[in-house]
Amino acid sequence: MKHLNEEDLVLHYYGEGAAGAGEHLETCDACRASFESLARVLRAMDRLDAPEPLEGYEGRVWNRLRPELKNSREHWWNHLALWLTPRHLGGAAAMAALLVAAFLAGRVSQQRQQVAGLSGPVRERIMLVAVGEHLERSQMILVELINNASAGPVDITEEQERARDLVDENRLYRQVALKSGDTGVSSVLDELERTLLEVAHSPSKLDSVEFARIRERIEAEGILFKIRVVGSNLRERERSPLGPQVGKAL
Amino acid sequence: MGQSDAEAIAQIRAGNADAFRVLVERHSRSVFRLAFRMTGNQQDAEDLVQETYLRAYRQIRKYDGRAAFGTWLYRIAANCSLDLIRARKRRQEQQTPVDDDGQEVAAAAASDAPTPDRLAFSVELQQLLGPALNLLSPTERTAFVLRHYEGMCIEDIGQALGVQAGAAKHSVFRAVQKLRRVLEPAVSTGRP
Repeated sequence: MKHLNEEDLVLHYYGEGAAGAGEHLETCDACRASFESLARVLRAMDRLDAPEPLEGYEGRVWNRLRPELKNSREHWWNHLALWLTPRHLGGAAAMAALLVAAFLAGRVSQQRQQVAGLSGPVRERIMLVAVGEHLERSQMILVELINNASAGPVDITEEQERARDLVDENRLYRQVALKSGDTGVSSVLDELERTLLEVAHSPSKLDSVEFARIRERIEAEGILFKIRVVGSNLRERERSPLGPQVGKAL
Repeated sequence: MGQSDAEAIAQIRAGNADAFRVLVERHSRSVFRLAFRMTGNQQDAEDLVQETYLRAYRQIRKYDGRAAFGTWLYRIAANCSLDLIRARKRRQEQQTPVDDDGQEVAAAAASDAPTPDRLAFSVELQQLLGPALNLLSPTERTAFVLRHYEGMCIEDIGQALGVQAGAAKHSVFRAVQKLRRVLEPAVSTGRP
């Protein structure tokens, strides 16, 4: 049997692996070492336990739920019709805006408190992985654009949506890198942001000349190469053990 | 011996809303645990339990009995959670500013985790677990939680997520890959 890949190992861990995977692990030192390393990580995740609700939890859920069940069954269409009048829609929107604002205010302050509890190296590792993931997703969009071999008009709606999703994230990481003095990373993210914006703001349907122009620009700037280099550096830093030596940038 | 799920469901369909209590009493703790692992937040988890039961009640006529009621309820809970974490992620991307401590705020995008104070091994590793889970995309997180903590098979996860089994498997795989990247250096030096 050939060596097991990472996907085979994951499936084997969860008892859904191919027949013969177990026997292979017994005889292959390399695969067994890889499996043990995977198993250590997954066993570590077992320790992230959920809190047990307090005594009487079920009763509280029921008490909160019961009045809503009545409304939901007997009158929901009447309520809907009532709330769809223009007079009520304005009020409902204002109420929704207030609720969202209150919710967000609580959420943001809660996050800051939680992050403040993390040590520098831990935050560093989270950032390294997050930026690495971001670069990978950006790279995938650019590679798809460059490899599109269509001779006629091209629809890039899907790539544009993904590029738009990545722009805000990119801006955030670029600013963080800049503040951390990591000018190499921030400069690549700066270039990437311009490329993503260009993709996001182009017309969705491009004729062959327009599309060729975008492709040429991506290739001329060498952004893919730069992303790969930075991504590779970040992965190197990820592999460093947790400690003060890795907490110097980003 | 109490009423079975099937008997309670028959009564609810006949118009007895109070029979729903049996299903709340029996399953709400496990739904809470799932919701907590999906959101990493107790208040969100409690809200998700309510939302899950409300949706289940409204859709009780669609329950066809092929899967156990608990499994069907889990699918609803997973989808409610997915909606919530997707919405949260969108909000974070739009709202999270870089201020004087930009690094801290940026890391917040991946760190809305509870303090896992029951963990018995190294503080560094302990600190990493929740944030590591928060690095996953909503779909990856759902797939991972259903596989790892709830023991659902890949096929059922696909059904819960409304995707093919291959896509569900890929989501679990991507999730594990990301977790390894964050946790492996710590677990290889620690003693989980």
